[in-house]
Amino acid sequence: MNLAKLEPIAMQKENVESLSNTASLSSALLERKNQAPGRPDYIKVSNFSFNYVPAVRVLHNITMDIPEKQVTAFIGPSGCGKTTLLRNFNRMNDLIDGVSQEGKIYVNDQDIYDRDLEVISLRKRIGMVFQKSNPFPKSIYENVVYSLRVSGQKNKEVLDEVAEKSLRSAALWDETKDRLQDSALGLSGGQMQRLCIARAIANRPEILLMDEPCSALDPIATAKIEELISELKQSFTVVIVTHNMQQATRVSDRAAYFYLGKLIEMDDTTQLFSNPSQKETEDYISGRFG
Amino acid sequence: MSEAKQKIGGSKRGRSAPGEPMVWFSGMWLAIGILMIVFLLSVILVNGVSVFWPKNVLQIELTDNSKAAWKESKYLAGEVRKTQERQVMDEQGEAIPEIQLFVGNRDVYGFAFQFVDDSDIVKENYPQGILVMERMEYGNMIAYPVKLQLADGRVISAGDEKFHQALTAAVDRGNHRRDKISHIEKGEIGDVNRAMEQHKMELKKGELDGQDVEKIKLAAEQEQADLQEKYEKLAAEATALREQQNEEIFFYRLVTGEERSVSVGFLISFYYPNQLSLFGKLGHFFSRGWSFLVDEPREANTEGGVFPALFGTFVMTLIMCILVVPFGVVAAIYLQEYAKQGLVVRVVRIAVNNLAGVPSIVYGVFGLGFFVYMVGGSIDDLFYPERKPAPTFGTGGLLWASLTMALMTVPVVIVSTEEALSSVTRGMREASLAAGASKWQTIQRIVIPGGLPGIITGMILAMARGAGEVAPLMLVGVVKLAPTLPIDTVAPFVHLERKFMHLGFHIYDLGFQSPDSEAAKPMVFATTLLLIGLVVVLNAAAILVRERLRRKYSSGAF
Ligand SMILES: Nc1ncnc2c1ncn2[C@@H]1O[C@H](COP(=O)(O)OP(=O)(O)OP(=O)(O)O)[C@@H](O)[C@H]1O
Ligand SMILES: [Mg+2]
Repeated sequence: MNLAKLEPIAMQKENVESLSNTASLSSALLERKNQAPGRPDYIKVSNFSFNYVPAVRVLHNITMDIPEKQVTAFIGPSGCGKTTLLRNFNRMNDLIDGVSQEGKIYVNDQDIYDRDLEVISLRKRIGMVFQKSNPFPKSIYENVVYSLRVSGQKNKEVLDEVAEKSLRSAALWDETKDRLQDSALGLSGGQMQRLCIARAIANRPEILLMDEPCSALDPIATAKIEELISELKQSFTVVIVTHNMQQATRVSDRAAYFYLGKLIEMDDTTQLFSNPSQKETEDYISGRFG
Repeated sequence: MSEAKQKIGGSKRGRSAPGEPMVWFSGMWLAIGILMIVFLLSVILVNGVSVFWPKNVLQIELTDNSKAAWKESKYLAGEVRKTQERQVMDEQGEAIPEIQLFVGNRDVYGFAFQFVDDSDIVKENYPQGILVMERMEYGNMIAYPVKLQLADGRVISAGDEKFHQALTAAVDRGNHRRDKISHIEKGEIGDVNRAMEQHKMELKKGELDGQDVEKIKLAAEQEQADLQEKYEKLAAEATALREQQNEEIFFYRLVTGEERSVSVGFLISFYYPNQLSLFGKLGHFFSRGWSFLVDEPREANTEGGVFPALFGTFVMTLIMCILVVPFGVVAAIYLQEYAKQGLVVRVVRIAVNNLAGVPSIVYGVFGLGFFVYMVGGSIDDLFYPERKPAPTFGTGGLLWASLTMALMTVPVVIVSTEEALSSVTRGMREASLAAGASKWQTIQRIVIPGGLPGIITGMILAMARGAGEVAPLMLVGVVKLAPTLPIDTVAPFVHLERKFMHLGFHIYDLGFQSPDSEAAKPMVFATTLLLIGLVVVLNAAAILVRERLRRKYSSGAF
C-alpha cells in the first residue's frame, strides 16, 4: 500500500486562497470561459495495461487522449474495465494490494506514476464520484466540505458558501437546506449519490471523474446532473462512465467504447454514435438502441 | 439429551420442520443461562438491600434449662435472621426447628448471634421501648434505655418525655466532635507531620547532594520548632475534645437484666425498631444505605461504610481506562491500518488474542516484578533517594495497579478496536482519499469516528474486567485498610503512589478474612451489590455515550 504524504504547505495555501477568492460559481466559470480552449490531450494515456492480480490483465494497451474542458464518456459492457481505468487517473487503485501496471498516464503533461509526484496533490486536483455512493457517516454539511476541511480550510463563511454552491450544483440544496446538520446516512439512495457529487465538486477540481453518477437517480435529478455536467465542462475536464447511451449522446463531446479491457474506438460522440468505424461498437450501440 | 435425539428423529420423519428441535434445544440452554444469572443477581439484590432494612427486635423468654441462655438469664432479644431446621435431628429422627437471633451486645455476651430451638421458647413479644444502637466498637447494642447523664450533671431518665430529644442531641454532639477530632488529627496534624517530614527529607537530600549541611540545619531547626509548637497546640485541642466525648454518659439495661453505661461519644446512631412506622423504616433504610456509601469502615471493615473501597475502585478503573484506551487504540490502528498484513501481523494478532486468556494472577506477578520492583525501584533510586529505605513507588500503589490492569485488559481493547476499524468500509476510505485526504487524515476523520462505538465497546469490556478483578490487585497495591484516599486535597491531589482499597478485595476480605464471618455476611452482600452496581453504572455511562454517537450519525436508510 502506498503511504501518502501530506501535501506541502505552500500548495495547500494556494488552494485555500483560490477557494476564498472564488466568489461564486458563475464568476469562476466566466473567468475560465475567457481562457483559451483546452488542450486536446489533457489526460494522456499511452500504452497502459493493468493487472489486479498477476497474470490476469484487465486493461490492455490503452492509448487515448482526453481533451481539456470537455466531457468524455466511457461506454462498454459490464466488466470491461471502465471503472478500472477511471480509478487509475487519481491512483485509487494504489490502495489495492498486488496490482501492477505498465505504460504511462499523464495529466497535464505530468506523469502521475512519477515517484516525485505527491499523490495527495494529484487527488486534490481530481474529484471523483464513485459507482457505489459512499457518503461519510457525518452530517450532510460535513460531507460536502470534507475536501476543504482536509486542506485546512477553517473559515466558516467560505465553508458555508462552498456547501451551498456545491449542493445547489448537485440539485440537492432545496431538499437539504433545512437539515444540513443531519446525518447523511438518513438521505435516500439518490440523494446520497447527489451528495457525493456535491462533495466531489466542492473544492473545484480540474478533473471530475464520474462513475455512473446517475444510475440511482430519477429523470429529474438526472437532468439536473446532466445540466451540471454541461456547466462544469466550461471550466473542468469531465470523464463520465455511463451505461445510458442517450445520456452519453446528451452530455459528452467525446466517447470511448471499451470491450474486454481494450479500447475499441474513441471519437467525437456524434461521430461514434452515428457512424462508428468498428463493427463491435456498432453492435453494442445498436443493441442498446434496439 | 435422549429427548432431544428423539425430537431430531421425529423431524426426520417430517413431523416438524427440519432443525426445529435444535432451535428449542439451544433456546433451552439460553433460558437456563439467563435463569441462573437472574437467580444470582436476585439473591445478591435481596440480601444486599435487606441489610439496611431495620428489622423488628424480638424478645423471648426461654425455658429453664435452655442451652441458648446467657448465664442465668431467661431472656434474650434480637433480630430474627434465620428460621430453619437444625442440621442434626433429634433421637427420634425428627427435625428440630430453630431460629437465629442477632442479639448484638458482643461486648457483654461474647457472641452476637445465637441459635434458639423453637421448643426452648416460652414466650415471644416485640417490646416497644427496646433500642438498637450503633456504636464505634463491638457492633450494635440492643437494650432498654435507662437514663442519660449530661455534661453538667443533669440526669434525664428514659421515662422523661424530653429523653428522646436529649439523646438525639447528645449523639449528634458526639458525632460532631468525632468529626472534629478526625479533622484535627488526620487533616491539620497530618499537615504538620508532612511539613516536618518534608524538612527531614530536604535535610537528608542536602546531605546526599553534599551541600552545606550546617546551614540547612540551622534554618530547618527554627521551622521545626515552630511546627512542633503548632503540633502540640493541635494535639492538646484533640485531647480536650476526646475528654469531652466522655463527659456525657448513657445508661442502659440489657434484656438479661444487666445494667451498663457507655460514653455518648461512643455512639453513632440509635432507633426504636419496634416503634418505627413504614416511613420511619424507609427513612432509616435510606440513611443506613447512604452512610454505607459515604462512611469509612469500622471494626475490621465489618461495620460502617465502604467509601474508601468504592472510591478506590472507581479511581483505579478510571486511571486504567485512561491508560488502556489510547494504548490499545493506537496499537489496533497500527495493526489494522499501517502494518503490512502478513505472517507477522497474523502471529501478533494470535498472540494478542491469547494474552486475553492469561490468568489474571500472572499479570499480578508480572506487575509486582516489573512495575513495582523494577520500575518503581528505579524511580525511588532516581527521584526519592532521601526517603530510602522506605519505598515510595517501589511498593504497590494506585499507579502500578492501574497499569497492571491496563496491561491485562489491553488485548480486549485491541481486539474490539481492530474489529471496529475494519468495519469502516473500503468505500468510505476511498472517498476520503479521493477527496485529497492523507492516510492519517482518513484514519483520524473517517476511520476512528466510524469505529468509535466499537472502541467504546472494548472499553466497556475492559472496565468490567478491571473493576471486578481481585487477585492481581492484591499484589500490586490494594490493601485491607488504606489510611488515606488516593485523591485528596493535599498537593499534588492525585497520589499515584498510595495504596488504596478496592471493592473486590473488600468482599474477599470480609467474607474470608474477618474473625466473625457471620457478622460480616450482610456487608459481603451489600458490598457485592455495590460492586455490581458500580460496574453497571460505569457501563451504562459508556453505553449512553456510545448510543449517542451511534444516533448522531446513523439511521436506517440503507
Ligand atoms: N479489486 C479487484 N480485484 C480483482 N479484480 C477486479 C477488481 N475490481 C475489478 N476487477 C475485475 O476487473 C474487471 C474490470 O472491472 P471494472 O470494475 O473496471 O468493470 P466496469 O467496466 O467498471 O464494469 P461495470 O460497468 O459493471 O461497472 C472485471 O473483470 C472485474 O472482475
Ligand atoms: Mg464500473
